[in-house]
Amino acid sequence: MASDILQFILYCVLLTALAWPLGLYMASVFNGERTFLTPILAPVEGLFASACGVDGQKCDQHWTRYALSVLAFNAAGWLMLYAVLRLQGVLPWNPQGLPGLSPDLAFNTAVSFVTNTNWQAYGGETTMSYFSQMVGLTVQNFVSAATGIAVGAAVIRGFFGRETRGIGNFWIDLIRSVLYVLLPLSILFGLFLVWQGVPQNLTHYVDVTTLEGAKQTIAQGPAASQIAIKQLGTNGGGFFNANSAVPYENPTPLTNFVEMLAILLIPAAFPFMFGRMVKDMRQGIAIFAAMGILFLAALGLTYGSEIQGNPVYAEMPVDQTAGNMEGKEVRFGVGNSALWASATTAASNGSVNAMHDSFTPLGALAPMLQMQIGEVVFGGVGSGFYGMLLFVVLTVFIAGLMVGRTPEYLGKKIEAREVKLAVITFLVMPLGVLVFGAMAAVIPTALASVQDAGPHGLSEILYAYSSGTGNNGSAFAGFGANTPYHNTMIGIAMLLGRYVFIVPMLAIAGSLAAKKTVPASAGTFPTHSPLFVGLLVAVILIIGGLTFFPALALGPIAEHTAMLAGQTF
Amino acid sequence: MAKKVQDTALLDPAVMRPALLAALHKLDPRALVSNPVMFVTEVVAALTTLLFLRNLALGSGAAFLVAQIAAWLWFTVYFANFAEAMAEGRGKARADSLRSTQSETPAKKLASPDTRDVETVSSRSLRTGDIVLVEAGDIVPADGEAIDGVASVDESAITGESAPVIREAGGDRSSVTGGTRVVSDWLKVRVTAKPGESFLDRMIALVEGAKRQKTPNEIALNILLVGMTIIFLLVVVTLEPFVAYSGAFVPVAYLIALLVTLIPTTIGGLLSAIGVAGMDRLVKANVVAKSGRAVEAAGDVDTLLLDKTGTITFGARMADGFYPLPGVREPDLTEASLYASLSDETPEGRSVVELARKLLPRGVEQRASVKQAVAFSAQTRMSGVDLVDGTELRKGATDAVLAWCETGSSKTLTDIVERIAKSGGTPLLVARDRRPLGVIHLKDIVKPGIRERFAELRRMGVRTVMITGDNPLTAAAIAAEAGVDDFLAEATPENKLELIRKEQAEGKLVAMCGDGSNDAPALAQADVGVAMNTGTPAAKEAGNLIDLDSDPTKLIEIVMVGKQLLISRGSLTTFSIANDVAKYFAILPALFVTAYPGLGALNVMGLSSPGSAILSAVIFNALVIIALIPLALKGVKYTPASAAKLLRHNLLIYGLGGLVVPFIGIKAIDLVVSALALA
Amino acid sequence: MLSQIRPALVMITMMTLLTGVAYPLAMTGVSQVLFADQANGSLLTREGKAIGSTLVAQAFTDPGYFQPRPSAANYDGASSTGSNLGPTSAALRQRIGADATRLASENPSMPVPVDLVTTSGSGLDPDISPAAASFQVPRIAKARGLESGQVQRLVWENVKGHTFGLLGEPRVNVLALNLALDAVAPRRAPATQPGEPVAVNSTDR
Repeated sequence: MASDILQFILYCVLLTALAWPLGLYMASVFNGERTFLTPILAPVEGLFASACGVDGQKCDQHWTRYALSVLAFNAAGWLMLYAVLRLQGVLPWNPQGLPGLSPDLAFNTAVSFVTNTNWQAYGGETTMSYFSQMVGLTVQNFVSAATGIAVGAAVIRGFFGRETRGIGNFWIDLIRSVLYVLLPLSILFGLFLVWQGVPQNLTHYVDVTTLEGAKQTIAQGPAASQIAIKQLGTNGGGFFNANSAVPYENPTPLTNFVEMLAILLIPAAFPFMFGRMVKDMRQGIAIFAAMGILFLAALGLTYGSEIQGNPVYAEMPVDQTAGNMEGKEVRFGVGNSALWASATTAASNGSVNAMHDSFTPLGALAPMLQMQIGEVVFGGVGSGFYGMLLFVVLTVFIAGLMVGRTPEYLGKKIEAREVKLAVITFLVMPLGVLVFGAMAAVIPTALASVQDAGPHGLSEILYAYSSGTGNNGSAFAGFGANTPYHNTMIGIAMLLGRYVFIVPMLAIAGSLAAKKTVPASAGTFPTHSPLFVGLLVAVILIIGGLTFFPALALGPIAEHTAMLAGQTF
Repeated sequence: MAKKVQDTALLDPAVMRPALLAALHKLDPRALVSNPVMFVTEVVAALTTLLFLRNLALGSGAAFLVAQIAAWLWFTVYFANFAEAMAEGRGKARADSLRSTQSETPAKKLASPDTRDVETVSSRSLRTGDIVLVEAGDIVPADGEAIDGVASVDESAITGESAPVIREAGGDRSSVTGGTRVVSDWLKVRVTAKPGESFLDRMIALVEGAKRQKTPNEIALNILLVGMTIIFLLVVVTLEPFVAYSGAFVPVAYLIALLVTLIPTTIGGLLSAIGVAGMDRLVKANVVAKSGRAVEAAGDVDTLLLDKTGTITFGARMADGFYPLPGVREPDLTEASLYASLSDETPEGRSVVELARKLLPRGVEQRASVKQAVAFSAQTRMSGVDLVDGTELRKGATDAVLAWCETGSSKTLTDIVERIAKSGGTPLLVARDRRPLGVIHLKDIVKPGIRERFAELRRMGVRTVMITGDNPLTAAAIAAEAGVDDFLAEATPENKLELIRKEQAEGKLVAMCGDGSNDAPALAQADVGVAMNTGTPAAKEAGNLIDLDSDPTKLIEIVMVGKQLLISRGSLTTFSIANDVAKYFAILPALFVTAYPGLGALNVMGLSSPGSAILSAVIFNALVIIALIPLALKGVKYTPASAAKLLRHNLLIYGLGGLVVPFIGIKAIDLVVSALALA
Repeated sequence: MLSQIRPALVMITMMTLLTGVAYPLAMTGVSQVLFADQANGSLLTREGKAIGSTLVAQAFTDPGYFQPRPSAANYDGASSTGSNLGPTSAALRQRIGADATRLASENPSMPVPVDLVTTSGSGLDPDISPAAASFQVPRIAKARGLESGQVQRLVWENVKGHTFGLLGEPRVNVLALNLALDAVAPRRAPATQPGEPVAVNSTDR
């Protein structure tokens, strides 16, 4: 217990200490300034830029054009991945001879990786060839993350642009995200993982004879290179089915700790990058603080619930001092599983190092709620931050009127157009989670996928659609998601959750960029005070809570009361 | 200042009775559709009524509860309508009293500006460009511009100011307002407003809310409210399948109750009342807004341009002291100044006389009698008297008087003059028989209390800039004394316009007031331009607000009204959203307890039964609208303070209050409901 | 939109070559040179034959071996999975109840450490808690004819504590412990095992 708390503290301190300088570095990268990597990377950057016809620095795009570039690039990526998955059987690097994916599974998986969701309706080692893992999935792990970072940077530009038309150039932002941020970090992190025991080979699965003389086949593959980017890019798609619980993906407490840092590193750097880019670090710190508070609250709920074990087994001759260990690995225990679950669902990282389906009800409620509020607690790379800015806009709008001025954030007036765009995006989560979830709760073909009876079954449905719409990718894995119905519906949910955020958010950025910046005065709504941080947290909790509380009451909360009463289903 | 328009008591029965009826008329869905939150409420109220009828027909036991829910939903809509009707009613009461001054009057129409042949017609028949003659005792038949003549006009009907004002052709005092009365002399007036479009008409339309357009923030807020309504619709509609999944059943009437308590009915119901009441407060301050946008913009103002004269200082300069030259006794100078000013009827002259009399022993002026007064002219730039005993006394601009004396300046004189100028005063040299005696210090007197008002504005984040024609030295001294943040000296219409543009380029919103024709471009450029009613038609056309009192300090009040309008909306929105938390804790356990008895633990208020919990939440939701009507009409109390302080204060009251109050309210209603066995 | 198609196609192609081909292949090459053992799965061999990976649990049913945690994947190294049963699952309660009763009857110590009756997330958890190892000591000692203290010492020698004294949980690698056990006291032929009775009756209440 004490060592758990100490690890949590160490984690928060290290995360902040690493995210701050990274944020400043990323600000330089996206401001087009010189960095220590520029001498090495500038030629590569130039090569990429000229290949797609972008010319130097003078290429600012209007938000509509930026959005079109995003959509075109993601569409191309989707097509390419879909083709790879369908044709897997005839492509190389397939030592196990795995066949191509079914159309609905290929659709779902391609959408999943292009949208940075990394929802897995399949099992990695039983479905994907090395070629698909590398050329298909690893590529999207990089570029979907880079898309998020690029859009995040563009949105930030909207907040400090002074009556400008453009919000940056998508192609340049994309190239820089990959070259200056994701690739260098992935190389370092990947080699660390191999050192700790994560495989990186292209050999056939290994057959061994166990001590008791049984045959055991052990899956292999180029895992480390993919796991590095899957964590850094808040992707989360496991190389192996059970994801980061598998010792080959996450062999030691040290890899676990570093992977957790990697998961939130870039998202946590974003507020600092923002602070630097808008030239007011206090604004970045305020947002970081709000994210931190929500994160600690979620962690506290999950850990507090998991460590108490499961009262259903209270009367059995079982020593539960280690907490609820079903679905958890011994080397991580409850503490590191709770921290991992909080970090991944705060971010849009779908990786799990313990099975969320087997979490206690309240232990799973916190991850679910973090996804339902749109993964804005640090969130996905880029996407979490612009999602959070959306809440900032809403908070400023509701409370800003209370100081007697037209609400403004960083000197940009929040008016009908911005509110309209924000409202559109706020409809996405209820639509994807509640409407799609309600459909899944009544349509018989959909219901067949539910594994557990009782309120836990509803939690499985809610978790699946929260994860899909929130572009998280983690799962209540007992839910049999690989059916044509869910592959299609969750696929649509992922698309809504990605692009109905990206496009309106870019529109807001474009609209704000064109506005004048009102200089701050004593009459300006203060957006860097502790009061504002508290207000922002309250708005997120109240809006998120009000939207999802009824459904959660029938799922995890009902299950919690049942569990306390020792009831099973 | 006696306001012509009296404020009506908040819940004046004379306003309330018609409002009760008007609220019924507003139930018409076609009228309600512009308020989506209330429209949804009305639709589900109708639905619940049908459910009740069905239950009644089927003889279902729950019919009584459903009937009550339906009734309270109708009340919710009705209360919201009532709030709006009250606000409009108060405006209408004000409008009626205004309109009484606007009754049909005979007008003496002239065929051409040059004739005096009048044709008496009804004021209603006048068209733009018509020329009318108004003489002593006549009511000005329409808004217009004097093109000939000078007259004193009693404008108390509009401004409440009892002293008549001068209106004359040409210059900045040529504008006349319909409904005012000529007291003496005559004017030829060219009509500038069509009937029904006079300032009075605009004012009436504004307060009646008939032509009220939604302001930008109101539109944005409305979008948010619609969004929240859609979200809660999704929440409630999907609850039915989720409950069905859980193997339970929830009556539709309960789901409807949940929906109505969740959607922001409080702010939705009061939003338009707040807007109407805001306009009403403006009219109460005797300001006509040409659009609601200007009122809201007033709340956003960053920079306030204020004319020095009349706003910051009293219009005229006043004598502050006498500074004799070497060899001259001070009483001597004082006496000479007194005589020199005896025939000077300007405020400056009168102030010299007043001060001198205070300083000299009684009866001094009897010693001399004036032979001839020498008036001020632009050529001589001095005035004075020649006395019967042959003494010539002059006072005026230093160089002009020195020229008259045919002497040069001395070092002492230059020192005195410079010292006075530096302090922001105006030096007047006094000479007797072509010999300089000394200097009168004329000083701009800053209005008492203005410094505090500027400090208030600064706390609100509004920067004040003083506009003056004075030289920079003088301007700086007065600016320091008055406590403005900045000043523009030697102002011309051009550099005034330039200043506004510069501020706007920095992203600031600028407010100013003006009256002259040469103010028109600046008034048009400013985000909030307040034209004085005494100003020229051009100025009035250019401004987006018109102050009927022609009081330049009114700008500050307008800023306050604008802020209060926004604060009222924000506070009630926050309150409305915060309320939902308690409603969840009331209704959800009631809905789910049959499916999962364990969820009864959510019933933290300990409400007596599911039916009572739901009914209590619905009743609370309806009553809170009624309870907040006075607040919506009066506006949330606003004391100037920094945004940070205001936020903390309002969050505490409306945010935290919004969380806590419904817990108490719903529990209390539940006690009553269960005591009366209503559910 | 059309004008964006060409750069989109060019860019996805170039990104694929960079991040999908060059990056993983370079990482494989470097790893094979620097960390060949780990990069190839941390495999263990005995007498030249691969007997498993230190990172992948394998089944042990013999009472003379320390047993790993139950596996929802049935210790299939090519198909990792957890049970994914929820906390109020009747099936889970039945399984845990049965396992607890069986373990309690096989081992004299009480109560059963929770990790021995719960399946891991991967189904391949190579570790058990020190408590779970100690819990099995009397049984092993009996089956192998060793002193309890000797077996217990082996357990303590194989315990990995918190990394850096802080990270993770103390644990014992089952395969490593069993190899150490075999080294100390070679296992008797399986046929001579008396075979402990296996409880199959349900403990469902």
